[in-house]
Amino acid sequence: MEETEEEKKDEADYKRLHSFPLIRHSDMPEEMRVETMELCVTACEKFATNNESAAKMIKETMDKRFGSSWHVVIGEGFGFEITHEVKNLLYMFFGGSLAVCVWKCS
Amino acid sequence: MPAKAADKRRQDVSGPSRGKASKAGKAGSKKRDEDASTEAGDALGDLARALVKSPDQLELTEAELKQEITRTLTADNPQAPQNIVRFSFKEREYKLVDYLDQTAIHFSLNGNLIPKDSDEGRRQSIRSNIEAEKAPDETPAETSEQAEIKDEEQAGDTEAAGEEEGGEEEGAAEEEAEAAEAAEAAEAVEAEEPPPPKAPEKKLPNQFNFIERASTTPFNPLREKGCQTEPIPSLNFSATIHQWDIYDAYVEELQRMEKAKEKEKSKPQAVKKEEEKRGLRKLSHVEVQHVEPITRVAKAAKIAERMVNLNTFDDIAQDFKYFEDASDEFRAQQGTLLPLWNFQYEKTKKLAVTAISWNPKYKDLFAVGYGSYDFMKQGHGMVLLYTLKNPSFPEYIFSSDSGVMCLDFNSEHPHLIAVGFYDGNVAIYNLRKETSQPSYKSSAESGKHSGPVWQVKWQKDDMDNNSNFFSVSSDGRIVSWTLVKNELVHMDVIKLSGEGTMQGPEGLQLQTLGCGTSFDFHKKIDYLFLVGTEEGKIYKCSKSYSSQFLDVFEAHHMAVDTISWNPFHLKVFISCSSDWTVKIWDHTIKTPMFVYDLSCAVGDVAWSPYSSTVFAAVTTDGKAHVFDLNINKHEALCTQLVVTRKKNKTTHIQFNPVFPIITVGDERGLITSLKLSPNLRKMPKEKKGQEVKKGPEVEMAKLEKLLSLVREPEAKAET
Repeated sequence: MEETEEEKKDEADYKRLHSFPLIRHSDMPEEMRVETMELCVTACEKFATNNESAAKMIKETMDKRFGSSWHVVIGEGFGFEITHEVKNLLYMFFGGSLAVCVWKCS
Repeated sequence: MPAKAADKRRQDVSGPSRGKASKAGKAGSKKRDEDASTEAGDALGDLARALVKSPDQLELTEAELKQEITRTLTADNPQAPQNIVRFSFKEREYKLVDYLDQTAIHFSLNGNLIPKDSDEGRRQSIRSNIEAEKAPDETPAETSEQAEIKDEEQAGDTEAAGEEEGGEEEGAAEEEAEAAEAAEAAEAVEAEEPPPPKAPEKKLPNQFNFIERASTTPFNPLREKGCQTEPIPSLNFSATIHQWDIYDAYVEELQRMEKAKEKEKSKPQAVKKEEEKRGLRKLSHVEVQHVEPITRVAKAAKIAERMVNLNTFDDIAQDFKYFEDASDEFRAQQGTLLPLWNFQYEKTKKLAVTAISWNPKYKDLFAVGYGSYDFMKQGHGMVLLYTLKNPSFPEYIFSSDSGVMCLDFNSEHPHLIAVGFYDGNVAIYNLRKETSQPSYKSSAESGKHSGPVWQVKWQKDDMDNNSNFFSVSSDGRIVSWTLVKNELVHMDVIKLSGEGTMQGPEGLQLQTLGCGTSFDFHKKIDYLFLVGTEEGKIYKCSKSYSSQFLDVFEAHHMAVDTISWNPFHLKVFISCSSDWTVKIWDHTIKTPMFVYDLSCAVGDVAWSPYSSTVFAAVTTDGKAHVFDLNINKHEALCTQLVVTRKKNKTTHIQFNPVFPIITVGDERGLITSLKLSPNLRKMPKEKKGQEVKKGPEVEMAKLEKLLSLVREPEAKAET
């Protein structure tokens, strides 16, 4: 019982500590990067249970803001190989277990 | 005759240039040959004449001339490029375009001829044939019908006529006419009947007298033009993520952040400052690299910068030049200081101004030394040179490891600045050189001081034409440095030995050394100079005697911050100290002539260059005081708060030798320049009829008068 409680505490701690958005790779200009990161965090928090809606929100906002056409992938375990326009890629972790990849390619 | 010459030239040209003759050219020459053949006889006769060649004609050897080159006409367009590469958006790569149209269309016009055999052509021809057949058929049919009608009518008429024989010929005529009319009417009716079936093929009869007219608008020919945009640059990117990747990344990031926090806390400040300095130096290296492309426009950029500054600070520049405080007329014994430019540099915001000096040659250039007076907080130092023409940014920037305590311009070589540091070193900076490092620097081996160097002063070039300067320091030595063959050679001039001896360990008698804090050399008498110490004594010394003083003045209770000889009067000097007083002395008399208590530690005092009775002092409460002994012997003419920030002490003050402005430095690295109002720079009044004597003698006389007033009562008191 105590162990499980400890485990839960640990999990909670881990989640707290590891929830901050961590940019893994990005070649966007500074302003764009910050804005996109904020947008991803907002979307993921809003649609915590539904990755597809979160991705939809991100993609539509990016299209409106920075032009078409953007592609968004959110998930916990995937591999990818993409071609993206230079200076339009953001790949970040969030929430301890989610990875978000946003890129532009027309 | 000229024609023949032309022919011959042509022949000669066509001969040697056969190598490059084109078909068109050949055709042309053939024609000309034909024309010339008639005059062949004459042409042969003219062969003897000199050949006429154009100057840039290609010289070919005999073999080459005889060489036959075949030229073929192909349908290829020689102008068409053969290696066009186009970006294929489908395959996302550049591809070589295989085949290009070789035809070049110069003009095209769409016609409206149709071949007879085509469908449309046949249809049209059928239509036109039907029309042609129908037309001749109808006309004989009509005429025959009309003939029949006429016969019938005529028959009818004759019968009527027969009936009414001999009757009324008029009536018959009328009847005939009527019959004719009726026949015509019948014809008309009949004529109308066949036309309706023929209406689509025949033109309408022109009963209403209208003319057909048609026109077409001017027609813009169409041209095709195609263009393709540059492909957007794109890159491939790939990655895989699993939960453990994410976890690892976060853990790493947390560790990194922790380490950064530890580093900030654990390192002591000095080390941090070292890093800052290294960072600064790295910055300067980096800046050097980046500066290279801009050096080409450096001069233009500098001028532009000055112009922009002049525009920005235009009102200050106007004040500097022309503003004279009119209210000074009403304030007899008061003056004001008008603030002008502020000079600030971001890297010196944490440093205090420790020295100000005007360049002897360029009256708008002044050097400022930055360091720290705080014993505990010693950092790096800087020397910045500002010009009044550009208040936004210093002209020259020199940085150093140790705080700068004093600096001085060499009057004969105005590009050399001597600088004294807190760590006891002295250095010479050369403004002509591009580096930010000193040209010459002393070191521990070459005899640097063991205490901070409080003042440096250049002397006249010695007999070997080497520049030399003196420095005074807290270690009690006054050292003369000479620039000999790119090296600084030092020589102790004098040691400030203190009064009395101290008992050291094991009963040794130790000679204490006083700590020198300021000195000044006499303007006229070369060997004479004064030194102020931390104990408050002023020693009158001579360069010739290294161990003994000429005289001692018990001047102040605390360290003497500044000593300065009067620029006009040969005997008078002024001293200021942290004991709140400013004292004016005659060096022949032991007691001060004038004493001013400013109720706050006095940081610096300076004589004005234009009047022997005007001087200014700054106190650590941020105020500047200007005195004129001629006007008011006991009080300042102007006491003004110069620095607005709290906890900011003003540290130094200097008069500009030419313009009526003073510069005041403070603890935050800010230099304020202020203009003196007219009351503060009064010249002796003109008496009617007398010539106004200008020059040092007048000043000396003025001061002498004042001093005599003070001296006499003392002399009386002494006796």
